[in-house]
Amino acid sequence: MPSWPAETKYISHATTRIDGPAKVTGRARYSSDIQENGWLYGMILRSKWPTAKITDINLDKALQIPGIKAAVLARDKNMTVRYYGEELAAVAGTTKQACLDALRAIEVTAEALPFVVRENDAKKPDAPRVWENAPNYPAPRARDHGDVDTAFGQCAAVIEGFYSAPVQIHNPMETMGNTVSWTDDGVTAWSSTQGISSVRDGLAGSLRLDQSKVRVITEYMGGGFGAKFGAGVEGVLAAKLSKEAKAPVRLMLTRFDQALAVGNRPSSFQKIKMGAAADGTLLAFEAENYGTAGIGAGGDSGGGGGGADIPMPYLYKVPNTRVKQSAVAVNAGSARAFRAPGNPPASFGMESAMDDLAVKLGMDPLEFRLKNDPNKIRQHEYALGAEKFGWKQKYQKPGSSPGVVKTGIGCAGAAWPAGGPSRNTNGEAQINPDGSIEFRLGVQDIGTGTRTVIAVVAAEMLGLKPEQITVKVGDTRFPPGPGSGGSTTCASISPTVYDICTKALEQLQTLSGIADARGENWFKACKKIGINPITVHGQWIEGLSTNPAGGVQFAEVDVDTETGLVTVKKMLGVHDCGLIIDTLTLESQINGGIIMGMGYALYEERVMDDLSGVVLNPNFETYKLPGIADVPEIEVILVNMPERGVIGIGEPATVPTAGAIANAVANAIGVRVGSLPITPAKILAALGKVPPATA
Amino acid sequence: MKNSEPENFGAHSRRTFLKSLGTVAATAATAQVTTVAAELEKANAEKIIGPNAVPVTLKVNGEKLKLMLEPRVTLLDALRNYSSLTGAKEGCDRASCGACTVLLGDLPVYSCQKLAIEAQGQEITTIEGLAKGGKLTKVQSAFIEKDALQCGYCTPGFVMSVTALLKRNSHPSAAEVKHACAGNLCRCGCQPHILQAAFKAAGVEMPTKTEVVNYA
Repeated sequence: MPSWPAETKYISHATTRIDGPAKVTGRARYSSDIQENGWLYGMILRSKWPTAKITDINLDKALQIPGIKAAVLARDKNMTVRYYGEELAAVAGTTKQACLDALRAIEVTAEALPFVVRENDAKKPDAPRVWENAPNYPAPRARDHGDVDTAFGQCAAVIEGFYSAPVQIHNPMETMGNTVSWTDDGVTAWSSTQGISSVRDGLAGSLRLDQSKVRVITEYMGGGFGAKFGAGVEGVLAAKLSKEAKAPVRLMLTRFDQALAVGNRPSSFQKIKMGAAADGTLLAFEAENYGTAGIGAGGDSGGGGGGADIPMPYLYKVPNTRVKQSAVAVNAGSARAFRAPGNPPASFGMESAMDDLAVKLGMDPLEFRLKNDPNKIRQHEYALGAEKFGWKQKYQKPGSSPGVVKTGIGCAGAAWPAGGPSRNTNGEAQINPDGSIEFRLGVQDIGTGTRTVIAVVAAEMLGLKPEQITVKVGDTRFPPGPGSGGSTTCASISPTVYDICTKALEQLQTLSGIADARGENWFKACKKIGINPITVHGQWIEGLSTNPAGGVQFAEVDVDTETGLVTVKKMLGVHDCGLIIDTLTLESQINGGIIMGMGYALYEERVMDDLSGVVLNPNFETYKLPGIADVPEIEVILVNMPERGVIGIGEPATVPTAGAIANAVANAIGVRVGSLPITPAKILAALGKVPPATA
Repeated sequence: MKNSEPENFGAHSRRTFLKSLGTVAATAATAQVTTVAAELEKANAEKIIGPNAVPVTLKVNGEKLKLMLEPRVTLLDALRNYSSLTGAKEGCDRASCGACTVLLGDLPVYSCQKLAIEAQGQEITTIEGLAKGGKLTKVQSAFIEKDALQCGYCTPGFVMSVTALLKRNSHPSAAEVKHACAGNLCRCGCQPHILQAAFKAAGVEMPTKTEVVNYA
């Protein structure tokens, strides 16, 4: 079995990003920066109706605008749109200004239809149907284990609570989009994607081209968080515009588009009943959860049947459970995968219920978790974190913090059961006689430091320095690898690079006669390759990576009981990291997960208007992300477990944050705010200082 | 908190404000109505520029950039789409994310909210203009060293904001760094490292709060 070296120079140390200089100088070329010769600007016209029968779309006047070179329909002149922002048509022109004029010149004839955008309204039997042939709210499926009703009778304490989380929007800083060039030789797409292979296959399928005729390039992309796996309507439209205009077309979405049509995290409304014995052992759990994935889970599959389920009762061992789940369709854009799909809402609801039950039992919430979470690693992490955080010294009974500004603490756990490596990861290295070496892997860097991981592992294995390794990713012409999702990339590429390096050293030994070509022998050995470079192929191998991943987080907050403002003072994350590759980029990812979780806890919510059917906050003035002044002191404990091999960290880092913050707020004010985001208005309503808002 | 912004930050003169109203009839219900009308008339009497493209000369990173632009073209649009300077990024196109931040003189501005024709005659510095002769500035080096970036799309904006801050205040407090970066958003969550990088660039080393603990 292969194994990682025990003593390391680069693995598990801090290495700065090898593409850092490109990113701080503006030299890094993002998909939205591509300027192919003769490129045109592309823009999409979107439906202003939440539901409508479109009977005509006339592009003639748009085509007369000076500078406009092409205009295409998104689907057909006759079609039904099912949400505000659905694509109708697209134009390409020499300038953005010409495109803006052209969009205004397109004439659309439509008959508006009744719509429904709120979950509770859509559940009603007489609500307008989002899909004609499917109910908005299919009967929930129930899963039963044990005997819930009898078990509740044996509980010393039972709580019932309602916990809800809104639709969250990915909002990567670079919007979705691409530049596409369609020539006789095929299609080249410079796509802002986290999955070059899935975009290639999607484009080939939609455009009816051989997969070999489509090339996708992603040198740099500005974040994805789960929303950027597919070719997207914007990919297909850019290709069609390029074909018609016979020129490359750059079509990036606007920030407004981003809120309407390219994915989100489904909402979650959880009714939870949970009971425990007097010693704190959980005995019974009953829950009903629903949420909306918009018009469906990722396409025209229809109905509200899927896409909003969450794992329940999440981390905890309960012998008797009954869980009912269903999704409700509304006239809004479809959900997509979003960093740890299903887990942040599950963690928020379950961890809130855990604290509420602990309070009712008169137990310390941390002790209560240790009693019911069977996972040994998390048990260890809770102990480490509690010590560092000062849990015992800081914990007070809920609401007992004195004064107007009350302090509270909370904790929560995370699991990410997927997160395993992708076996279908391939790569190659070209080794030149002068000793220079270039790795090529058909993966992409979503911002996690993929190039740097490859360089660190290669440098370690070959006895070189990371800066001596050239890394090329983001091109479907390279040996294929997985999409950047599910916290799988690091665990997929590290063993692949290991394999390439092992094979390279074997070949060099044969060619040069030098027994160990590493380190100072490297250049001597390479000189003996001959005139032509050698190319070494490798793939993911068993024994160097694993899953799952998890962690725990602690939060300390101040709550101003006069204004309702929550200030997060401190976050502590304790995460199992397997074999750490680069402590620096790892720390960045955990910080990022926590900060995104803070947004989920306190600020973020897609707001729909039930009268007009539009998203009311499709921009950063009204859809609030955490800013630098909101971000507290963040402490991170990286639990190093090299014996596990390489694992991923992207998803688990964002899972428990909202639960930990919500619990800290409840601990501070002595009342549960069961609805995310925890806004000042909700705090004041919970304290009885203002009437609750009515939806 | 001390306001560290220069006094003229974001200031509009009365005259430029009135000009921006153009020929739109203003409903003036104050005693100043006649004065306003007179000023409007005077402003409108000046030559109307556009709507067709006009020659525009921008001084970017010390070099002259001659372009033909419709007057409605923003500085960001001019840089990214009419020249090859794509370092400044478009994240929102409405002054709320800061990815497009450039310097006008020493002042950080949202280039998406500045018309290119208005930026004529001023020294414009973009992210591409910082490293002279390929040598990274202290701010750029500190961003790399502290890993103050992930996807890197917001990075040019943050680097420009921190650069502008350190030009006017070489030893800022944490509150001043946060104030200077309050107009920049980062979705990857690099804010703690950006704060560390700003301090590092000012010569102050902030200790990391991260520790590695072996499980076994």
